[in-house]
Amino acid sequence: MLRTETYTMNFGPQHPATHGVFQVVLTLDGEKIVKAEPVCGYLHRGIEKLAESRTYQQVIPYTDRMDYLASMLQNWGYVMAVEKLMGLEVPERAEYLRVISGELSRLASHVLATGVYALDVGGFTGFLLCFRERERMMDLLEELTGSRMTFSYARFGGVADDAPEGWLEKLDKLMDDMPGYIDEYDGLITGNEIFQARTKQVGGLSPETAIDYSLSGPVLRGSGINYDLRKAKPYSIYDRFDFEVPVGKNGDCFDRYFCRVREMRQSVRIIKQAIEQIKEIDGPIKGKVPKALKPPKGDAYAEIESSKGILGFYVVSDGTNKPHRVHVRRPSFINLGYLDEMSRGWLIADLVAILGSIDIVLGEVDC
Amino acid sequence: MEKKISEIISELKEKFPQIKTSEETISVSTEDLLGLMQELKNSFGFNYLTNLTAADYPADAKGKGDGNEDEDDGEMEIVYNLTSVYEKLYLTVKARVSRKNPEIPSVFPVWGGANWQEREVYDLFGIVFTDHPNLKRILLTDNFEGYPLRKDYQWVGGRK
Amino acid sequence: MLENLFTNIAGLLRNLLDSAGVPPLWNDVTLLVVKLVAILVFILINALWLVLMERKVAGYMQARIGPNRVGPWGLLQTTCDIGKLISKEIPIPKSADKILFLLAPALVFVPPLMIFAAIPFGKDMVALDLNIGLFYVFALASLTTIIFWMGGWGSNNKYSLLGSMRVVAQMVSYELPMILSVLGVIMLVGSMNLTEIIAAQQNMWFIVTQPIAFLIFFIAAVAECNRTPFDLVEGESEIINGPYTEYGGMGFAMFFLAEYASIMIISAMATTIFLGGWLAPFGLTFIPSWLWFFLKMYVLIFVVMWFRWTFPRIRVDQLMGFGWKILVPLSLANVFVTGIGMYIYRAIGW
Repeated sequence: MLRTETYTMNFGPQHPATHGVFQVVLTLDGEKIVKAEPVCGYLHRGIEKLAESRTYQQVIPYTDRMDYLASMLQNWGYVMAVEKLMGLEVPERAEYLRVISGELSRLASHVLATGVYALDVGGFTGFLLCFRERERMMDLLEELTGSRMTFSYARFGGVADDAPEGWLEKLDKLMDDMPGYIDEYDGLITGNEIFQARTKQVGGLSPETAIDYSLSGPVLRGSGINYDLRKAKPYSIYDRFDFEVPVGKNGDCFDRYFCRVREMRQSVRIIKQAIEQIKEIDGPIKGKVPKALKPPKGDAYAEIESSKGILGFYVVSDGTNKPHRVHVRRPSFINLGYLDEMSRGWLIADLVAILGSIDIVLGEVDC
Repeated sequence: MEKKISEIISELKEKFPQIKTSEETISVSTEDLLGLMQELKNSFGFNYLTNLTAADYPADAKGKGDGNEDEDDGEMEIVYNLTSVYEKLYLTVKARVSRKNPEIPSVFPVWGGANWQEREVYDLFGIVFTDHPNLKRILLTDNFEGYPLRKDYQWVGGRK
Repeated sequence: MLENLFTNIAGLLRNLLDSAGVPPLWNDVTLLVVKLVAILVFILINALWLVLMERKVAGYMQARIGPNRVGPWGLLQTTCDIGKLISKEIPIPKSADKILFLLAPALVFVPPLMIFAAIPFGKDMVALDLNIGLFYVFALASLTTIIFWMGGWGSNNKYSLLGSMRVVAQMVSYELPMILSVLGVIMLVGSMNLTEIIAAQQNMWFIVTQPIAFLIFFIAAVAECNRTPFDLVEGESEIINGPYTEYGGMGFAMFFLAEYASIMIISAMATTIFLGGWLAPFGLTFIPSWLWFFLKMYVLIFVVMWFRWTFPRIRVDQLMGFGWKILVPLSLANVFVTGIGMYIYRAIGW
C-alpha cells in the first residue's frame, strides 16, 4: 500500500474563480477536498463603523458598495429600515419606482450570476452572452439614476427622481425581449449535457441544513424551501403582483442555478405588471421628510429579498442625526458560512461549481 | 399572525418568568438564553436564525434606558432575529451583557447559522460566545488589536 | 501549374545544386533541411494566424467583433502580441528547477515539427515518406506529455503540479482509444504508410466506412491537445493555468502557440486518415491537392474552435470515466466489427 499525504493549497486570494478577493485554504487528498476553510475579510472596509459617524442620508451611498451588482436593492433595504424606525409613509408612485428599479437590479444581478456560473464551469460564451443583455439593463439604470453601478437611488420616504420621459417604454421593450434571451441561456447553458453533468448531484444541500444554517435566497429555495420574503412577508407593494416563487428539488448546484434562471422570468413578469400599473398612478415620488433627519430613540430591523437572499438592516438611533449602530445582515456572508461542509469530499472543480452556485459578492461578504 | 405571536409570548412568559416582553421582542438574561432558544426552536418552530448582531451602549451614551444603570461601564446588547420559515412568524430576542465581562452562551447548538454570525460579533465587539466551536476573528486579521465597533475604540484617521 | 508548385520548387532547387556540382548526398541533406525549415516557418506562421482566427471566431460567436485595430481586420494582432511577449522578461520562480523550467518551453515545438515532417500535404509533398508513418506520428504525439510534465514539475507550484498530473492522466487514457480507433483503418489498408492510407481512400473516404472510428479519433484527439471540453489541464477557473501558471513572456507564448500547433496536427491527421488527405472530392481536381488538404484541415480546426466556444469543461473523473468506460470499449468493438466485416467481404469475394 502506498502512503499518501494530504496537503494544503491556497485557493485564492488571487484566483480567477473566487469572484473577488476571497481565499479558501484547502486541505486536499489528491484532488479531493478534505477540508475547505474560507478566509474572508480582504475587502472589509468597516462600513458598519463608518456609518456611525455619518448622517443618515450619508449612509445611503455606502450601501451601494456592498452588493455592487444589485445596489438598488441595498439602498432599498437601508431606507426601509430607517423608514420603519421613523414611521415614514412612502408615496405610491415611489413604491412602484422602487419595485421596478429593484427588480431590474435583481435581473441584472441574476443575469451576471448566470453568466459567471457558465464561466466557472468552463463555458466562456455563456458569460459574454449574458453581458449583452446586462449592458441594456445598465444603460436603462444609468438613464434613471445617472450611474451604472452605484445608484443611490432610494431616498427616505421615496426615490431620488422620477423616471425620465420614455424610459418606461424602453424598459417595456426590454422586458418583451427578455424571455427570448432567457431561452437562449437555457439553450446554451442550462440544456448543455456537460453543464448538467458538472452541476447535477453536486454539492447537495438538504432543506433541513439549509434552514439550520440560515441560508437564504436561491440557495435556500434550491433545496426546496418555498421562502421568499416578497411572498412570505410582502413588503412594499409586492402583494399587488402576480408571480411565483421557483423552488428546486434536490438542492444541488444545478437547482440553485436554475432557480435563478426561473426567477429572472418572474422578475420580468413583475416589471411588466408594474409598468402597466404605474401608468395609472400620478403623484409625488417623495413623501414629507424633514431636512435634518433625527429619528426617535429606538431600533428597527427591516429585511427585504435581495438577489442573493435575505438582506436585513438593523438600525439603532440615539436621537441624533447620526445612527448609533447600523448592522447589515448580508446574505452572501451567511450563505458562505456553510461552504466548508458543503464542499467536503468533492473535487477542486466541484468547489468552483459550488462556490459559483452560491453566488457571492465579496463587497457584501466583507462589508 | 399578530395574535399568534402574542400567544407565543404569553406562553413563554409562563415558562420563563424572568423575561421582559413587548410586542415582538423578548428580553432575556444570559442564564435563561439557551433554554429559551431551545424552547423557541423545538416547541414554537422558530427554525431560522435570520440575524444575529450586537450593539454597544456605554454608560454615558445609553441607547435605551433599561432601568439597569447600576453597571458603571455600560452594557452591550445582542440581538437575535428569529423566523419560523413554515409558519411565517417573526420574533426578536435581546440579551444584555456587561461591557466589562462580555460573555454569553453560544446559540450554535440550536442553529448552525449562528456560526459565522457569532464569529463576526466576536470579531467586531469582543463578545465571547462560550462553547462556540471555532471562535476566531473572521473579517479582521488574527493579530488585530481592539474591537472596532465598540464605541470607545480609538479610530485613527478618517472623517471626524 | 499550381498543383505542382511546391514540387517544382523542390525540383528546381535540386537541379540548381546538381549543376553547381554538389555531391548527391549533400544535395539530399540540403533539400531535407530546406523542407524542414519550410515546415517550421509554416507551423509558426500558421499558429499565429490560428490565434487570430480563434479570437475572431470567438468574437463572432459571442456577439462581438474581436481584434480589429492592428492591421487590416486585426491581421497583425498576434504578431504584435508575440513581439510584445518576446520583449518581456521570463520570470523564473526562486524555488523552480531552472533547467527543466527553461527546457520545457524550448522543447515544446519539437514534437509538432517532427510530426509534420511525415504528413503528406499534397501530391508528392511529404518530407519523410515513412512506411511506419502512423506509428511514428502517434509515438511523437505522446512525447508532448513529458514536456508538459517537465514544465509543471519544474515550476514547483501546486497548481502546476496538479495540471501536469492531469496532463499525464489525460494523455495516457486518451492515447489508447485514439490508436485503437485508427486500428480499423490500418486493417483496411494493410499499411501504416500515410501515403498509402490516402491512396486507399481514392474511391471512398474512411469517414464513410469507419464513422465510429472517426468520432472516437476526433474526440480523443481534442482531448489530446487539451482543448475544451477537455481543457482540464489549463482549467483556468480551477487550477489557474495548469502547467503554465508560472510562465511569463515568451515561455508562456511558446506553450500557447504549441497548443495551436497541436490543433493543426490533430486536424491534419484526421484529414489524412479519414478525410482522404489531399484527394479532391467529386473530381474537383482543378483545385490543387495541397489546397484541398488545407481546406479540410481548416474545417476541422474550425470545428475544434466551435467546441471550445460552446461547451463547458468536463470534470476530471468524468473525463477518465468517459475515456475508459465509453471510448475504449467502443473502439475495441469497432476493431472487432471491422474484422468481421472484412472477413465477410472476402468470403463473398467481391
